[in-house]
Amino acid sequence: MQSKLSLDQGLIEQARASARFVAEDVQSYIDLHTTVAVERAVCRLLGIDGVNADGVPLPNVVVDLLTEKGVLGQGAAWWLGGVMAETGLSPQEIAQEASLGKLDLTAPVGADADGIERALDAPVRAAMEKIAARRRRREQFIASHGGEKQGPWLYLIVATGNIYEDIVQAKAAARQGADVIAVIRTTGQSLLDYVPFGATTEGFGGTYATQENFRLMRAALDEVGEQEGRYIRLCNYCSGLCMPEIAAMGALEGLDVMLNDALYGILFRDINMKRTLVDQYFSRVINGYAGVVINTGEDNYLTTADAVEEAHTVLASQFLNEQFALMAGLPEEQMGLGHAFEISPDIKNGFLFELAQAQMAREIFPRAPLKYMPPTKFMTGNIFRGHVQDALFNITTILTGQKIHLLGMLTEAIHTPFMSDRALSIENAQYIFRTMADLGSELEFKKGGIIQTRAAEVLQKAAGLLREIEDLGMFQTLEKGIFADIRRPQDGGKGLSGVVPKQPGYINPFIPLMKGGWQA
Amino acid sequence: MSSGLYNVSKNDFDKTFDPKAVRAYGDTMNDGKVQLSFTLPVKNDEKGAEAARLLARKMGIGDPSVVYRQTLDEAFTFYIVYGSCVHSVDYTSIQVLEVETETMDMEAVNEYIRRNIGRKVVVIGASTGTDAHTVGIDAIMNRKGFAGHYGLERYEMIEAYNLGSQVTNEEFVQKARELHADVLLVSQTVTQKDVHIKNLTDLVELLEAEGLRSRVVLCCGGARITHELAKELGYDAGFGAGKYADDVATFAVTEMVARGLGKK
Repeated sequence: MQSKLSLDQGLIEQARASARFVAEDVQSYIDLHTTVAVERAVCRLLGIDGVNADGVPLPNVVVDLLTEKGVLGQGAAWWLGGVMAETGLSPQEIAQEASLGKLDLTAPVGADADGIERALDAPVRAAMEKIAARRRRREQFIASHGGEKQGPWLYLIVATGNIYEDIVQAKAAARQGADVIAVIRTTGQSLLDYVPFGATTEGFGGTYATQENFRLMRAALDEVGEQEGRYIRLCNYCSGLCMPEIAAMGALEGLDVMLNDALYGILFRDINMKRTLVDQYFSRVINGYAGVVINTGEDNYLTTADAVEEAHTVLASQFLNEQFALMAGLPEEQMGLGHAFEISPDIKNGFLFELAQAQMAREIFPRAPLKYMPPTKFMTGNIFRGHVQDALFNITTILTGQKIHLLGMLTEAIHTPFMSDRALSIENAQYIFRTMADLGSELEFKKGGIIQTRAAEVLQKAAGLLREIEDLGMFQTLEKGIFADIRRPQDGGKGLSGVVPKQPGYINPFIPLMKGGWQA
Repeated sequence: MSSGLYNVSKNDFDKTFDPKAVRAYGDTMNDGKVQLSFTLPVKNDEKGAEAARLLARKMGIGDPSVVYRQTLDEAFTFYIVYGSCVHSVDYTSIQVLEVETETMDMEAVNEYIRRNIGRKVVVIGASTGTDAHTVGIDAIMNRKGFAGHYGLERYEMIEAYNLGSQVTNEEFVQKARELHADVLLVSQTVTQKDVHIKNLTDLVELLEAEGLRSRVVLCCGGARITHELAKELGYDAGFGAGKYADDVATFAVTEMVARGLGKK
């Protein structure tokens, strides 16, 4: 791609190297630790599902039992494999027996590492094969329906709180032209240290992420996808205290896109940084293997911090998210790095800055399906101006080749979208994408003009910031409030007690296989 | 046809402004013109359009005209309707509860606190309940503030604590006690099925049960909050759109002094 911004390539390399250094440093911490959520995800992948008589999910039951005995540091797979080797029971049967108190997970000492590995082989293979089959199915559906869509994907949300109502809305949105349907998650779920079970019909501002809800929505979108002759992607939230578990559920149920940021939970949900950093790693290993496109949350920085002054923190965080993702084996083609159209409409030439920043992200991360978020902070309730703001946002996307285009709603800041809001929004975007389809390739930016200068400035500041972070390390950076003006102490926040140092002999059989791109 | 575009005949209504019977204004006094849009769960056909017109009539729209209709899904249609609203209101008899303080700027508030309270005022704020949106409370509290109005964190004489979002009422009250808060700010941004009302009411009840209500200034804010609603729910004030940190600060400190709170 020809650079329109004449960005300093040396500076980009320097910034990337700084981010790499930071990610490697954090990885050395990650490699020594596991968490309750990581181990629950392992349980889920091994086929443990359902709840006990008190409604506690069985993965939680197993991990809690191991935690009580102080042996989680060996990994849930190690203990389950041990019991399997001795009893021949399946992981699900073991979990059920253990939840009834009929079986002590830590009793068997007979099996050695080889025996455990042999016992785990069948359920591990089954999970890998099931996820691989999901991935193949998606790829075949797309291939047999005219291939991947060119141009931006229209991303729409549904947020009724009731999965069955969500399905009605999602089908309508898909028929109107949506390419990605995101089921907004109920507020508060990110702080639950378990994943609720079964289909749900109550929620606040969204719907619970459960495996059954994933399955129901995937089936509904497949149905409408067949009718419309194109694949409709399903998006959910792989974030909060259950990041890796939700990744596992999504991988098993054929989700396509996941909000999955390395730092978001720390900053915006006050989740402990050690917990999130360990959790994000395994969640991204799973997402990488499942072919899930992740969306990162840099756009959120701009809702709390100023979009002009803090633009470089978005870019710095994109570099970091990129490196964290690469560490987990997630390829660039699956990195929906996030940014947003959040500059105040009162700023002179604000649109030029937006254009500069969007083009900059495009050129620095050429293979990433960038996720671009619509204006929210300066949406006022004046729906008429709001529709114009959204139009400018749409123009930026088509001129700069953003991929995952989250449609803005004219009623942003008033209510969760009405069916008609969604239709108007799609109409707006489709009109602009059609009428300006190739305008981007016709345009060059003036050398040393406002747009080039702005991009150079943001890159310069981002590279400087990453240098600083390289010196500070990730943990201290978060303590100092460099991102989104939010300070988080290393040992504060939620979920720290769920971080456990790995013991010698720890196993997570999925990480090496998934990172190795295991083929059935 | 019904748009009146080519209609040169005299309109037969009185075109003088009458404050006792104020009507909506399109381009002529008392023409009553309004626009509305809505979706009906019916097919997009003539029958559906008639349904939209009938519904508009029931809303008091005279001569409703469906200027546009669009299929949203098999059995959902979107309508844009224009017409003349037959109703009027007596403007002279309206009483509105508004926060009646002359807003002071940041320096004036600091000075007011120095003179009248003589110590820093402790303000805590949060987006409570299930609300994950911090945009409202951030606009009031963050140093940078919003639209050129500095946030409370920047006020020299205010000790501001922004607890963020999804704070339960219990945690909030506990923090208020811990920090000896003088002023409590609650933000409710996005709500569904009026869950914010219950949440706001619960907080008042909790504060009363804990014996804290009379010792603090309690304000709420958000796009759907009005001062009147806030008063009704037992708050000292409510701040909707277009209100900034200085409005909130001015009210809070003058209310403290008026109620004899925060004595040295």
